[in-house]
Amino acid sequence: MTPEEIADRVRSRVPDVLLARGEVTVTVGRNHLLDVLTWLRNEPALQMGFLSSVTATDRPDAEPRFWVVYELRSVPLRHRVRVKVAVRGENPTVPSVTAVHPTANWHERETFDFYGIVFEGHPNLTRILLPDDWEGFPLRKDEELGGVDTRFHGAFHPPVDTRTMA
Amino acid sequence: MPVERHEGVHLGRSPEEVEEEVERGVLLSTLDRAVGWARKQSMWPATFGLACCAIEMMSAGAGRYDLSRWGMELFRASPRQADLMIVAGRVSQKMAPVLRRIYDQMVEPKWVISMGVCASAGGMFTNYAIVQGVDTIVPVDIYVPGCPPNPEMLMFGILKLQEKVRTTGTFR
Amino acid sequence: MRHDVDTATGEIRQETMIINMGPQHPSTHGVLRLLLELDGETVISCRPIVGYLHTGIEKNTEYRTWVQGIAFVTRADYLSPFFNELAYCQAAERLLGVEVPERAQILRVLFCELNRISSHLVWLATSSLELGAVSVMLYGFREREVILDIFEAATGLRMNHAYIRIGGVIMDLPAEGPRQIRSFLRQMPGRIDEYETLLNENPIWLERNVGVGKLSAEDALALGVTGPMLRAAGVGVDLRKDEPYCGYETYDFDVPVRAEADAYARYRIRLDEMRQSLRIVEQALDRWETSPEPVMIDDPKVGWPVKLSVGPDGIGNDPDYLRHIMEESMESLIHHFKMVTQGVRVPAGEVYQAVESPRGELGYYVVSDGEHRPYRVKIRDPSFVNLQATSMMVEGGLVADAVAAIASIDPVMGGVDR
Repeated sequence: MTPEEIADRVRSRVPDVLLARGEVTVTVGRNHLLDVLTWLRNEPALQMGFLSSVTATDRPDAEPRFWVVYELRSVPLRHRVRVKVAVRGENPTVPSVTAVHPTANWHERETFDFYGIVFEGHPNLTRILLPDDWEGFPLRKDEELGGVDTRFHGAFHPPVDTRTMA
Repeated sequence: MPVERHEGVHLGRSPEEVEEEVERGVLLSTLDRAVGWARKQSMWPATFGLACCAIEMMSAGAGRYDLSRWGMELFRASPRQADLMIVAGRVSQKMAPVLRRIYDQMVEPKWVISMGVCASAGGMFTNYAIVQGVDTIVPVDIYVPGCPPNPEMLMFGILKLQEKVRTTGTFR
Repeated sequence: MRHDVDTATGEIRQETMIINMGPQHPSTHGVLRLLLELDGETVISCRPIVGYLHTGIEKNTEYRTWVQGIAFVTRADYLSPFFNELAYCQAAERLLGVEVPERAQILRVLFCELNRISSHLVWLATSSLELGAVSVMLYGFREREVILDIFEAATGLRMNHAYIRIGGVIMDLPAEGPRQIRSFLRQMPGRIDEYETLLNENPIWLERNVGVGKLSAEDALALGVTGPMLRAAGVGVDLRKDEPYCGYETYDFDVPVRAEADAYARYRIRLDEMRQSLRIVEQALDRWETSPEPVMIDDPKVGWPVKLSVGPDGIGNDPDYLRHIMEESMESLIHHFKMVTQGVRVPAGEVYQAVESPRGELGYYVVSDGEHRPYRVKIRDPSFVNLQATSMMVEGGLVADAVAAIASIDPVMGGVDR
């Protein structure tokens, strides 16, 4: 199916469909997320049964602040659709899609680790890449890049050119 | 060995004491040289390959740049049997306590080569996730720069370390 | 195992043992930590713990220009750096809406396929070392050195090249490049035959790999597994064929597929993929010889302005170019300065670009705000997703099979943890 045909097909179910640069982007509300993903998977013309990635983008000056992005792929039909969900900045929560796509398990853990977005219904929502006792969510735009003055566990490391041999 | 007596030079010790000290010095310096040579000739590195530098370290141990020319082909997995730790790669905050623990498990005498710029100073990753130089965690003997360093650069660092080991005075 | 006698019934009570494997361990392919619960030698549960190599690459790209980002992402999956660069640059080029010159496409395909071979060689070498076939490790690195010589002659570096840039590639093949590559193409098929003679019918290799680490097609697709692991389960998907990029649809190659879904099938598939990559490299080299000159796009707002050439001490700035910007043309100097310090300005938008890396689907979700720096770069790494299947593959088997199973996943922790 061409991207235009996919966009038309999806529009029959979900109104907010954008077609740009050959990619179809669907925006849904968080309450309809699981229904839409299930429909995309089961619809015979679309068969989006493969979840490639789950991630988030942070726009701190906008409301809603976070956008959780799901990249779906149809392995037999060889096309892709992107699903985006807007999440508010205060206590961000999104339903977990692990029931529909088990691969989302680690992806959602990583998104939680980086952004602090809580995925409701996730079997094991813990930090995956950062140390378990890390404070803060580093990929948020209001967190600094860190480096020479990262204080993890209270340690302070001076910049390399000011360290002495002692 | 007879001691020459110089008129007007006050050694502060009796000639017999000086003779004894010279003998001991000769014995111990020879022992030093022997021990230093033996230590440098067959250092066993502990496997601590983390990232890209680990692949270059493996290349250094493989056929073309052969580390076993210097007795180092035996990479010991257990730190208790190793005396050299080549920190090859970027050390993340989560890995730092593990690094220190492995270092503590090694038995004296032990040396550390910090391979690559990530291990030496954080490399290009000046951010929250990478320890900006492993010398904040363990004492480093040789820093080998590069991203990643050529196996030949690593070999140069190892040769410099061998010089250092050879000339370490253990007994004197 | 603690054996206590239950005083009431007189039975021997047995408990399971929890063993921690890694993160520093000779056979975990990098800093992977496994929490194994064992009943004797049988694995009851296996929990992989990752994150020991987390580098913060995604956050760092938001603070650097687009071209500096190439140097960062190339170090994510450090065994397939060209693929990282390719996906990132293609994503940026799609946002810009530009086409790269034909020779640049050919060179991208050439180096990516050489990278596929060198990545599979490292996999073969390290897996064999872990399973005890130490000679294969030395053979694998011997071949890899030849490929790294080609890389070094063409890009200046053995690893982590930053060769593929937005708008093309940084430099054309050097004078001795075609000769080196053809000599490699002549000797490599015989070497792969060597590996097959040594391992294919080897009873020890078969014992350790056949039936080990089984992952069925439904489980693989549900868990998001791609690459040789999925093709070993009978699902013949390869992004080079399904969603072609860089002109892959014009090259003649096969995608090996097997049905047994065990570690042996993955081994055979990777060896076959090496052979197919050799075919592609040969075709690409033939095309390169008759393709038109430029390797970087002509657009002054996009193309990297610097010309590189090989001098007496290696690859560096071309002296003619330096003379041009320093002495002849002020505009060129200003343009050079602006492009190198600020770089490309990529229009606002988001795009997802996936390539078929040696481990599976490597995807880049890139969001731009129209600035000199990316707004968000998300790396969908195949090893990260493939490792989710570890528990399913390892549980119920023996501990030694866990090593073989994880070796057949071919995880690269740089990509997993980024």
